[in-house]
Amino acid sequence: MRLEPRASVPLTLGLLAPVGAVAAALAICAALVAWSGASIPRAYALLAEGALGSRLALTETLTRATPLILTGLAAAVAFRARFWNIGAEGQLYLGALVAAWLGGGLLDLPGWTLVPTVLIAGALAGSLLLAGPAVLKTRFGVDEVVTTLLLNFVVLLFVSMMLEGPMKDPMGMGWPQSAPVLPEAELPRLAERTRLHAGLILALLAAAAVWVMTARTVWGYEARAVGGNPRAAAFAGIPVAWVMVRTALISGALAGLAGAVEVTGLKGYLTLDLSPGFGYGGIVVAMLAQLHPAGAVAAAVFVAGIFVGSDAMSRGVAVPTYIADVIVAVSLICMLVATLLVRFRLRKG
Amino acid sequence: MAEILELVLSAAFWTAVLRIAMPYVLGTLGELLCERAGVLNLGIEGIMTLGAMAGWMAVYQGADLWTGVAVAALAGAALGLLHAVLTVPLGLSQHVAGIGVTLLGTSLTYFTYRMVLPQATTPPTIEPFRPWPIPGLSEIPVLGPSLFSQTPLAYAALGLVALVAYVLYRTPVGLGLRMVGENPAAAEAQGLSVTGLRMGAVCAGSALMAVGGAFLTLSAFNAFFFNMLNGRGWICIALVVFASWRPGKALLGALLFAGFDALQLRLQQIVGPALPYQVFLMMPYLLSILALVVMARRAAYPKALMVPYRKGER
Repeated sequence: MRLEPRASVPLTLGLLAPVGAVAAALAICAALVAWSGASIPRAYALLAEGALGSRLALTETLTRATPLILTGLAAAVAFRARFWNIGAEGQLYLGALVAAWLGGGLLDLPGWTLVPTVLIAGALAGSLLLAGPAVLKTRFGVDEVVTTLLLNFVVLLFVSMMLEGPMKDPMGMGWPQSAPVLPEAELPRLAERTRLHAGLILALLAAAAVWVMTARTVWGYEARAVGGNPRAAAFAGIPVAWVMVRTALISGALAGLAGAVEVTGLKGYLTLDLSPGFGYGGIVVAMLAQLHPAGAVAAAVFVAGIFVGSDAMSRGVAVPTYIADVIVAVSLICMLVATLLVRFRLRKG
Repeated sequence: MAEILELVLSAAFWTAVLRIAMPYVLGTLGELLCERAGVLNLGIEGIMTLGAMAGWMAVYQGADLWTGVAVAALAGAALGLLHAVLTVPLGLSQHVAGIGVTLLGTSLTYFTYRMVLPQATTPPTIEPFRPWPIPGLSEIPVLGPSLFSQTPLAYAALGLVALVAYVLYRTPVGLGLRMVGENPAAAEAQGLSVTGLRMGAVCAGSALMAVGGAFLTLSAFNAFFFNMLNGRGWICIALVVFASWRPGKALLGALLFAGFDALQLRLQQIVGPALPYQVFLMMPYLLSILALVVMARRAAYPKALMVPYRKGER
């Protein structure tokens, strides 16, 4: 058996790859569902119903998808330029911290300027955090994978320090959480009696902006060139280091925005369990989307649906909720294999 | 200052250093083996998590401690095989495959733990490895009660460092392994199987990582906690760079790192509430980043690290 590159990839194959990968992942994880003693069709029916079956379920899934779209875009933008930002989790938390800090009464701005200021500040915070690893990579050749990963832990400890120290809510009954943001700093709700908020619209706008940037601008072209072959890009006169740093700044901003949106749109204050791994989930989203911004929206809804649906499944048939994490991880691995089958065909001999 | 000096000279301090160091020693050794063969293994965090749980679970279910270690190694090798298949014959992105393996290892660990112990709120405990003082040597002041009064698993870890160093530099397999990490085409021309050597290295390295994880639950503590690894695997990746891909230096680096970590723990008690405890907890991570920055210029990466090899392709 050997792999032979395809001359051209039909569009249907590219679209079928994530669907096939997800189907394969669900089939593999059925073994775990069976281990827990639950009936597989019933468990998966509960999952689908819990994710999409009612108005509440659907809005919960979309609410959960909102930060995942943004972290997915953050990963997609960076990976296109082969900049391995695995630190979206940390950037998200720093963005959230800044948003909770500025939105909690520190800034006295009229309502319509407060929200954008808080969100932009959150994005900037994420951006600045990733600027460190980006400069270390381009100036000193320090691998960004490890630095971004390790910064996740540093940021989480920093957030914990702030929440137990200067930013601790005096009315918080001793819990390590920040004071709530001002009502004027909150994003509006999109539908009554749900948690869906305007952050979703922001995330969709961000996806559109990223799509325009990657497909229609010089910046996007240069990032693709650097990701494809940095040496060739350098010969063509593309400033490789600057493209890397610029890409990192955009990627960090998207992840920071995710954190700011979670605080101002959903929670209203900051705690240490703001993100159940949205940063790492973003990597899965980006890969399922094959780094395409529109795909990231669809993939984020899928990943969010798995998590929301698994809660319902877990309540119904007593499968541990960690099944969601397993399904998402297996989907990522199946997707990797699927991308290979899209690019190559299997030949005998 | 006098306090710190007294601390650094005490046997209890060095006992703590060795206990903290062992998971790093094994993890770094495992990662080093993978990278020497040309495969970056970002699955390390998940593999160590799985090893910590699998080893502990086996003992909790009634197996003896060494069987627990073997179970951890096998579980690690199995996840390693997955990473190897994805990255070696299939030649997929080692970064993304590694993240996938970590996500899978971690989630599978938590799922399994919850399946077997659905109601456990306080983690159940086992009877871990007991310290095993070496007669005679353990009488030496300071060194005796620290270095020569470790658990058998710690001695085994130190032995593995020597074994890996021997295999890498003194055996044909080791030469072949280093060769496929530097110049796979030349290795192939010599009649070596690049795929076989790389896959073997990744599986063996992953087994070592998993035993490093199991050291936490079978020797350092006696229970398994969620988020127990807490980035230890990622730190090992930094330590490999710090060690310039050499087993001896990896041991040294892990000990040095553990020394800072132990010092940080004691300083926390001395300084007390003057500084928030989180500042101290950040130190290991910041220290690893610093080590990377210092070593980056001199880092002699294996030439074919992260370069997939396909026969007949350039």
